[in-house]
Amino acid sequence: MVAGSREAGAVADEATLLARMQAGDDDAFEACVRAYSGRLLAVARRMLGHEEDARDAVQDAFLSAFKGIGRFEGLSRIGTWLHRIVVNAALSRLRTRERRPEMSIEDLLPHFGEGEHQVDPPAPWKTTSVAIVQQQEMRRLVQSCINRLPESYRIVLLLRDIEGLSTEETAQTLDSTIGVVKTRLHRARQALRSLLDPYFREGEV
Amino acid sequence: MNCREFTEFLHEYLFGNLPAEERAEFEKHLAECPWCVAYLDGYRKTIQLEQAAFASAEDAPPPADAPEELIQAILQARSRS
Repeated sequence: MVAGSREAGAVADEATLLARMQAGDDDAFEACVRAYSGRLLAVARRMLGHEEDARDAVQDAFLSAFKGIGRFEGLSRIGTWLHRIVVNAALSRLRTRERRPEMSIEDLLPHFGEGEHQVDPPAPWKTTSVAIVQQQEMRRLVQSCINRLPESYRIVLLLRDIEGLSTEETAQTLDSTIGVVKTRLHRARQALRSLLDPYFREGEV
Repeated sequence: MNCREFTEFLHEYLFGNLPAEERAEFEKHLAECPWCVAYLDGYRKTIQLEQAAFASAEDAPPPADAPEELIQAILQARSRS
């Protein structure tokens, strides 16, 4: 991946960079911020959907990381460590901001009628669904549907499916349980399926 | 197995380590129910779509650098702290 090789070039020797930061080298801190801030900002934007909040979360994350740099043993990659910290910084911003009115998850889940069949029978989706999402317009559509999910479901979906945290890590990050995370993820994907259905059903434009 | 049970637990079928006997229940239902085949297909595609919506296209440029003003704000805040 292009981003990977670029990053590898910027922080070719992680152990050296870490040692320099732990020794208080200003240039090393700057190199770290330049190497990782773009990627961390993308994570914060996905989670917060608000530019100013996202920038504040990235700043909080770096400051908190630098404060704890002496305790970081380098057992994970610097990028992985910073990723966790920015996720937490974004979550704490989410917790403090006013809740927006949201749809009920129940309205987005399948409903069952006689014979336990779905009231609105599922139809096949276009075979080209995944290919057409390469178009900018379709990517925006999927992103906006994700943003319409109720917050506690949207966050689990982002952490598991997009940010790549495991079920255990997600439960730990959200101070929840593995069972709750599994159920929320399934409900979130079902709800997102309902929101996307009108656009991807076979026969629809 | 009915459609409600299939829909409720299909993530276990897709990602769980179900014993062969339980997997067979799901597969038997799928063989009989085109609606659940369609539901499962859309569920799978939903996951692919969410990931594709945030992934960079292969020919896209690398993720943009953070704005210089943010970088400077972080560095200044660090020197103050």
